[in-house]
Amino acid sequence: MSKKGFSIASLSHKYIMAAAGAFLMLFLVMHLTTNLLLLAGDEGAKFNEAVDFLLTNPLIKIMEYVLFAGFILHIILGVVIQLHNRRSRPVGYHVTPKSGTSTFSRFMFHSGIIILIFLLLHLYHFFFVKLGLVPMYGGAEERHEFFPMLVYVFKNPWMVAIYVVSVIVLGFHLKHAFQSAFQSFGLNHNKYMPGIKAVGTIYAIAISIGFSVIPLYFYFIY
Amino acid sequence: MIKLDSKIPQGPLADKWSNYKTQLRLVSPANKKKLDVIVVGTGLSGASSASALGELGYNVKVFCFQDSSRRAHSVAAQGGINAAKNYKNDGDSVYRLFYDMIKGGDFRAREANVYRAAEVSNLVIDHFSALGVPFARDYGGGLDTRSFGGVQVSRTFYAKGQTGQQCLLGTYSSLNRQIAKGNVTLYTRRDMLDLVMVDGKARGIITRNLLTGELERHAAHAVVLATGGYGTVFYLSTLALGSNSSAAWAAHKKGALFANPSFIQIHPTSIPVLNDYQSKLTLMSESLRNDGRVWVPKEKDEKRKPNEIPEDDRDYYLERRYPAFGNLVPRDVASRAAKERCDAGYGVGDTGLSVYLDFKDAINKQGEKVIADKYGNLFEMYEKITGINPYKEPMRIYPAGHYTMGGLWVDYNLMTTIPGLYSVGESNFSDHGANRLGASSLMQCSGDGYFILPYTIGDYLADEIRTPRFTTDTPEFEQAEKEVKDRIARVMAVNGTQTVTSFHKRLGKILWDSCGMVRSKEGLEKGIELLNQLEEEFWKEVKVPGTADDYNQELEKALRVADFFEVGRLMCQDALDRNESCGAHFREEYQTPQGEAQRNDAEYAFVSAYEYAGNQKTPVLHKEPLVFENVELKERSYK
Amino acid sequence: MNFKLKIWRQKNAATKGKFEDYNITDVSSEMSFLQMLDYFNDKLILDGGDPVHFEHDCREGICGSCGLYINGRPHGPLKNTTTCELHMREFEDGSTIVIEPWRSKAFPLIKDLVVDRSSFDEVMFAGGFVNINTGGAQDANTTPINKKISDRAFDAAVCIGCGACVAACKNSSAMLFVSAKVSQFAMLPQGKTEATERVEKMVAKMDEMGFGYCSNTYACEFDCPKGISVEFIAQMNREFFSAKVCSHKK
Repeated sequence: MSKKGFSIASLSHKYIMAAAGAFLMLFLVMHLTTNLLLLAGDEGAKFNEAVDFLLTNPLIKIMEYVLFAGFILHIILGVVIQLHNRRSRPVGYHVTPKSGTSTFSRFMFHSGIIILIFLLLHLYHFFFVKLGLVPMYGGAEERHEFFPMLVYVFKNPWMVAIYVVSVIVLGFHLKHAFQSAFQSFGLNHNKYMPGIKAVGTIYAIAISIGFSVIPLYFYFIY
Repeated sequence: MIKLDSKIPQGPLADKWSNYKTQLRLVSPANKKKLDVIVVGTGLSGASSASALGELGYNVKVFCFQDSSRRAHSVAAQGGINAAKNYKNDGDSVYRLFYDMIKGGDFRAREANVYRAAEVSNLVIDHFSALGVPFARDYGGGLDTRSFGGVQVSRTFYAKGQTGQQCLLGTYSSLNRQIAKGNVTLYTRRDMLDLVMVDGKARGIITRNLLTGELERHAAHAVVLATGGYGTVFYLSTLALGSNSSAAWAAHKKGALFANPSFIQIHPTSIPVLNDYQSKLTLMSESLRNDGRVWVPKEKDEKRKPNEIPEDDRDYYLERRYPAFGNLVPRDVASRAAKERCDAGYGVGDTGLSVYLDFKDAINKQGEKVIADKYGNLFEMYEKITGINPYKEPMRIYPAGHYTMGGLWVDYNLMTTIPGLYSVGESNFSDHGANRLGASSLMQCSGDGYFILPYTIGDYLADEIRTPRFTTDTPEFEQAEKEVKDRIARVMAVNGTQTVTSFHKRLGKILWDSCGMVRSKEGLEKGIELLNQLEEEFWKEVKVPGTADDYNQELEKALRVADFFEVGRLMCQDALDRNESCGAHFREEYQTPQGEAQRNDAEYAFVSAYEYAGNQKTPVLHKEPLVFENVELKERSYK
Repeated sequence: MNFKLKIWRQKNAATKGKFEDYNITDVSSEMSFLQMLDYFNDKLILDGGDPVHFEHDCREGICGSCGLYINGRPHGPLKNTTTCELHMREFEDGSTIVIEPWRSKAFPLIKDLVVDRSSFDEVMFAGGFVNINTGGAQDANTTPINKKISDRAFDAAVCIGCGACVAACKNSSAMLFVSAKVSQFAMLPQGKTEATERVEKMVAKMDEMGFGYCSNTYACEFDCPKGISVEFIAQMNREFFSAKVCSHKK
């Protein structure tokens, strides 16, 4: 195995999965921080400033590629792991397993798929426009003028519902993911793990609520 | 005529082994590669033998009946492993360990062997420690010890209540290392069914592949049996259900003498039989008697629950009969007293075969927490098995067959009376006399395998370097395989109306009654007769389903039980021949007025070694006199 | 007590298996689960049937032979309990008990409820030992070991190799089993010397045997009859990472 290198060991999958996931979790914090500026009640002025800053910063530009790499790695590995694990038990059990595990942890792949579908929708709404793959809508005059587009999207109750449900699923995914990343890197210690798990839960709830508030705000209040 | 030569070296006791080692012949590394050794069994003694021989460069084949070598029953030993390290500065020494063992064995073991076992005990601890066995340690980082039944020093190394498991996994790891290196080949799921002799020497074995039923021939320059004890002859015992005597018995039939077969240790504190389908008795540490009080109801057929029986209606029989020692009388006394009460009809539980071990007074006096700290894990285990909470209700206990001191007769080299056939660990008779002291079986097994056999077997193999590796296509292998095949066909052909287990149960009951804790001439003679009858019935009525050329667990059992009839008879015969009481062997006719064992050193200070004379024929008794040059024979007194 | 038994029957690896339904009556609540099966088999044999094959040996929870998947859990409904330690009083009278073998690609089925767990041994052959020859050891007390560390090593070493972790894991991953041995040796000075090589070899062998990947669901810990903690998996992750990142190229 040592000759074939780092990439094939089962544990290496874990590390890459966890590293990519951890990076995505950091990204979510940044993304949420920026997005919360939408709630400033200034017709998106502060938000636009932030967007301008991000679009012009070369470092952020690089990070965008890293972010994509992170997404892709996380998704591909998720699928690879799932396929491998299914092959590891060719004959399943008759009785549904009753081992006490957290529901979130058992359905990481499924929640992941939902999040992936949501991600594609989200990219369609706000990223492909920027790339020019999708025509501008909602009265936007420039490809990175997100505010009017977002107002447009969130006036549609179906979209609001899809966004809210999806970020709640994301929250479930993160609930397990947070402590799982620590475990995968070997950072499990009986002194600290309860704290890590608590922080993970708070983080997952915060991300879910934070991202849910925005579509709800634009639908009901704006 | 077989002449027993124990080959004990001359010279002072303490120097015998070290001098002897220097005189043993060696085999050069180049020649070792050309020599094959078969080891049967992967418990503590088998795995240690195989790995040590593999390290030396011999070409080793090792066999076990389980699916993995890690499952051998050494794994279940609880208490600990003795060594004369004197880490506690309490005056321990090799001599003291030797003396405790020889006295504990009621002066029925060889001085030289016991001394050597004590001598290598320290090496065993060092080696296990180096193998990464996580023995208990004290706060300074050194190894911790505890004291154990009947000795005055603290010399028992332990790993919680799982010392056997940890030691076995240590030997398992050293075996794995040799397997990885290619020096040892492991054959799992194999039963050894016969020994193959060529020109009077052990040259191979016949095994049955338990998954395919295929009979296989394996040849070697020497064969080592590390096949454990025969305690499952009682059906109900503390042993694993697969433990059996068939390999040793096959060797016995081929000419290996069987020594002291009646010396079987009965452990007093086991969880009793709870139902008719009980298959196994689980040991509860003897230490419980430190705080528990043993009692039975004063009335026969008592129907009340234990907690409803008032003090006045309880018979604390140990305290009554042995006011000086009370509940802390030695193992054999406690076992016999419990049996006496139950036989008299005072036993408790559905079966009437158990007595209460009550912690009520200890809990009242010391508090539940103190008791929980001392025995918490045992209480938990008890509750798991019985469903009864021992904090609230007394435990029920009963004695159970445990360890066989008897086994294949071996000389100082651990070689049986068949040249080239060795026996190590519990399967030989050598070190425990008529009674084994706690924590000395792990010590003996690993000492035999790691530090004794590798030296002594070299002396034999030095003569074998000119014997080329031979094929198994010889008339001897042919013949042995045919015998096994016929035997299997015979048992398959019976197709009767009773299961193998039902015979095993009845066999066990006969032996338990006639050759258990208390024996008598009359009982033993009756036992032999009943065994003969049962054996005949077995060969008429046993039902083995399935076929012989397939995975067939019933067939495995049937072949083992078929041998147990003969083993059981030999036990009875030996108990009958030994007209004295010593250690675990208690003959009703030979007791002091106080009911203690009455040894007869003048006439019975010898090892009984039996030669097979054919089934249901009286075996030939050979006597190896025991010479005591260093210890004075004393009455084992507890008063 | 009476039960309905639903047992997986399969003659051998080459034939197709299926569940068979049986009724069993007059079971004592005092019987252990395996005694119930003995009792059941005895009846089956006398009725001319083929007894259900299952593995067992010590029947006191230490040898690791027994392992049945009972009503959706390895070793049945109780925590920290092996199949042989489980008793019938834990089951509701008249209920159905479904008994399946361990299911994993790395544990091929042999017959009925018996599977081949030699993949565990293979992982051990790959590195589950300390490279020391008999006779070369120094006095055991020459190397002091911190009591806490030694106790922790013991907690990892209590593994009985039954395979419940693999059976419980939705991915049939062997991480708990392998990590227990890796951690035990990595913690002790005797094993530390070759910790790097050991973890690499054992993980490589584990992967080769066809076990699944760990996704940190911790079913293994929940169903381990010896209560081995997933902290040891974390420790192995750590050991492997540092082996990969820090060790020298050969």
